Amino acid sequence: MADTITATHISGHADHHDVDYLHDGKGLKSWLTTVDHKRIGVMYLWSILFMFFLGGVFAMLIRLELLTPKQTIMSAETYNKVFTLHGAIMVFLFIIPSVPAALANFVLPLMLGAKDVAFPKLNLFSWYIYMAGAFIAIAAMVTGGVDTGWTFYTPYSTTTDGSVALMTFAAFVLGFSSILTGVNFVATIHNLRAPGMGWFDMPLFCWGIYSTALIQVLATPVLAITLLLLIMERTFGIGIFDPKLGGDPVLFQHFFWFYSHPAVYIMILPGMAIISEIIPTFSQKTIFGYRAIAFSSVAIALVSFIVWGHHMFTSGQSQLASAIFSFITFFVAVPSAIKTFNWIVTMYKGSVAFNAPMLYALSFLLLFGIGGLTGIFLGAVSVDIHLHDTYFVVAHFHYVMMGSTVIAFLGGLHYWWPKMFGRMYNESAARVSCALVFIGFNTTFLPQFVLGSRGMPRRYYNYLPEFQFLHQLSTVGSWILGLGFLIMAGYLFASLRKKMDAPANPWHSRTLEWQTASPPITHNFHEIPTIGGGPYDYYRPVGKGRNA
Amino acid sequence: MDSIRHWMLGPQGSAHANDVDVLYMFLVWLSVFFFALIVFLTVYFAWKYRRTKEGVLTPNISHNLALELLWSVIPLIIVMGIFFWGFNDYVRASVAPNDAIEIHVTAKKWLWTFEYADGTRTIGNLHVPVNRPVRLILTSEDVLHDFYIPSMRQKNDVIPGRFVELTFTPTVAGRHQVFCAEYCGKSHSDMMANLFVDSPEVYQKWLEEGDPELQTMPPVEVGKMVYENKGCNSCHSIDGSRNTGPSFKGLYGRVEKFTDGSSITVDENYIMESINNPQAKIVAGYEPVMPTFQGLLRTPELRGIIAYIKELK
Repeated sequence: MADTITATHISGHADHHDVDYLHDGKGLKSWLTTVDHKRIGVMYLWSILFMFFLGGVFAMLIRLELLTPKQTIMSAETYNKVFTLHGAIMVFLFIIPSVPAALANFVLPLMLGAKDVAFPKLNLFSWYIYMAGAFIAIAAMVTGGVDTGWTFYTPYSTTTDGSVALMTFAAFVLGFSSILTGVNFVATIHNLRAPGMGWFDMPLFCWGIYSTALIQVLATPVLAITLLLLIMERTFGIGIFDPKLGGDPVLFQHFFWFYSHPAVYIMILPGMAIISEIIPTFSQKTIFGYRAIAFSSVAIALVSFIVWGHHMFTSGQSQLASAIFSFITFFVAVPSAIKTFNWIVTMYKGSVAFNAPMLYALSFLLLFGIGGLTGIFLGAVSVDIHLHDTYFVVAHFHYVMMGSTVIAFLGGLHYWWPKMFGRMYNESAARVSCALVFIGFNTTFLPQFVLGSRGMPRRYYNYLPEFQFLHQLSTVGSWILGLGFLIMAGYLFASLRKKMDAPANPWHSRTLEWQTASPPITHNFHEIPTIGGGPYDYYRPVGKGRNA
Repeated sequence: MDSIRHWMLGPQGSAHANDVDVLYMFLVWLSVFFFALIVFLTVYFAWKYRRTKEGVLTPNISHNLALELLWSVIPLIIVMGIFFWGFNDYVRASVAPNDAIEIHVTAKKWLWTFEYADGTRTIGNLHVPVNRPVRLILTSEDVLHDFYIPSMRQKNDVIPGRFVELTFTPTVAGRHQVFCAEYCGKSHSDMMANLFVDSPEVYQKWLEEGDPELQTMPPVEVGKMVYENKGCNSCHSIDGSRNTGPSFKGLYGRVEKFTDGSSITVDENYIMESINNPQAKIVAGYEPVMPTFQGLLRTPELRGIIAYIKELK
């Protein structure tokens, strides 16, 4: 019974039937007014890739400046603005929307066998809000810039010059885009699963995105309120955080991390979600421990709300609070370990192919391993006191944010690229680029662990001569990394100039997004798919499983 | 082994630093073990089960409860152990013993000021005796800063409008680096200080005589520093204007009339007496409110303030 497949023909939309979504409507207007989740996903994709480029340029400038102590290419004031913009752009304009708003927007409804998300117009609206936030952020950059760091700590942020109010307003606006995307995905997953698809028949990607969406909806409003309070203090002198006005600067940190720690999982959970798709597909193997991975995502989402104080061990919060936050923090290690071992064991007795997406997934396993294990150092209070606000922390969160989330995002991009644009990219170039990114990333960030444990504080324009060698190594790594990205941009753009050549299912995946044409038609499927069985039934012949 | 530790963590300045390093190195080796395990399993499975034929079916291995419990429970036990280890060291290092030397630290963009119980104030140089616990009481005058002594493995944010404390017991004499570790603007990366851990004799000598610079500085400049740093300026003007106390301008050689009707021509001895025993003679028209500075000024500082007053004609 679970294996039966039935199909219901959709009638009355014959005009759309055979046109792929890229050709269904021409011209800019048809894109700007679209409510198709695939087109919105693609618009998000180009927007966030532009922001990734911008944030990346700032990153290269930071590393170049740190080639020597004192001035290399810019003044201290400029450097402070550059690292602030790097952080703010990468967090608010790239990583947070990267997987959910761009990739998941495209593939989530397809995976569920749905025609679209639950609220297509809201989906388009959230993109417009994102663009508004992006323009406000750019306006803040050109009208004086911001030098507070992406964390906007008070009272520095309420007393410094520059466009702090505008930049925080941009983050405030972007938050709404994030909330609306989250609401949309929660509703979509609850209501639009194809007939016969139970919760545990969903691909694990959907579980990851669901957990992420919950955090987006519940935590982002706290950031919105916090940033609004900050703007009010800065603009109208209402004393909330500045002790000179009767406020409490540590309160800001509590508010800020109450959002921004869960936000870390807004960033990593979607990355984990992608890995849970790529590994079974390229191993042609049932995922090991489906429920454990699904529940781990939800568990991480829940625990993420009660560990914010581990960013504040040195902030002057009470020692008891630090002890409790440290204790809870360690529980995050367990679901992370479960997931890692489950992914690895999925390859056991599989049929493993080393296409570019899989190379990214394998890179993820190693880099997330380092990112996760170094997190244990920072969870232990006595060690964290020494490492807090040093390059060790910088290295750790880059291993998690970039080494894990961005690497998973790139894996997802290479995985779904043929589905999104109907074209295959040059596989050899992709492998070379992946290797360069892997090597460049490690050369950049591995030395930073040692810099940090030796005592090099972060956000330093100038540094002691003894740290120079490791800084130079790190800078050379950033060049290798940059080269990897240049090659990637080259072959991805080159693939778009070809005629469409991608088969519907180039990786022989069993999930639903591959059971329709590449690129998909506007309504995704000619017939509403009806499901029996799981998404990773690689033990059954095609046609005998859930998907014909 | 110890050279790896030293390369990763730099010099140790206290017993607590060693405690932190022992846990740190334990975590390093634990991480190396688990990372090696991840790499080995990943590479081994990926290579052993690499695709040799297209379109094969694979066995349905959906889960294995025993195995999954194993890799949930073992990490849980390990991290709980690490929690208690880190927590224990943290608590021990946070509590200052009763005999700790208390020093007040004030942060402001972009310098550190240290103030000792005897009124000694220094900027950028913190002197402490070796093997005595030190309790720093810190506050900021503007934004957040963070007092970070890498060799003591200690740091704490310094917050405006609030006191925080930081404790360490230095065991290694010599100069130690101090950084500001909380971003505070333009010269954040230059907001450093020196921690000098002295032998008890050197520390005592320093307390009595102050920085060696004090010995070589012209007395007038020492006096100006004393005037600004020790609070003279809050009651005595240098431009002749009236304040809580008489102005220093033209004081030397002036004939002062006192409340008891007597008078004196101001000389070195009168200034010295006024500093050490201010209630002895009260200038007519002023309240007897000045506190004594007996024992708070070192000899070169006393000489300096007298020279400075002589200079203010």
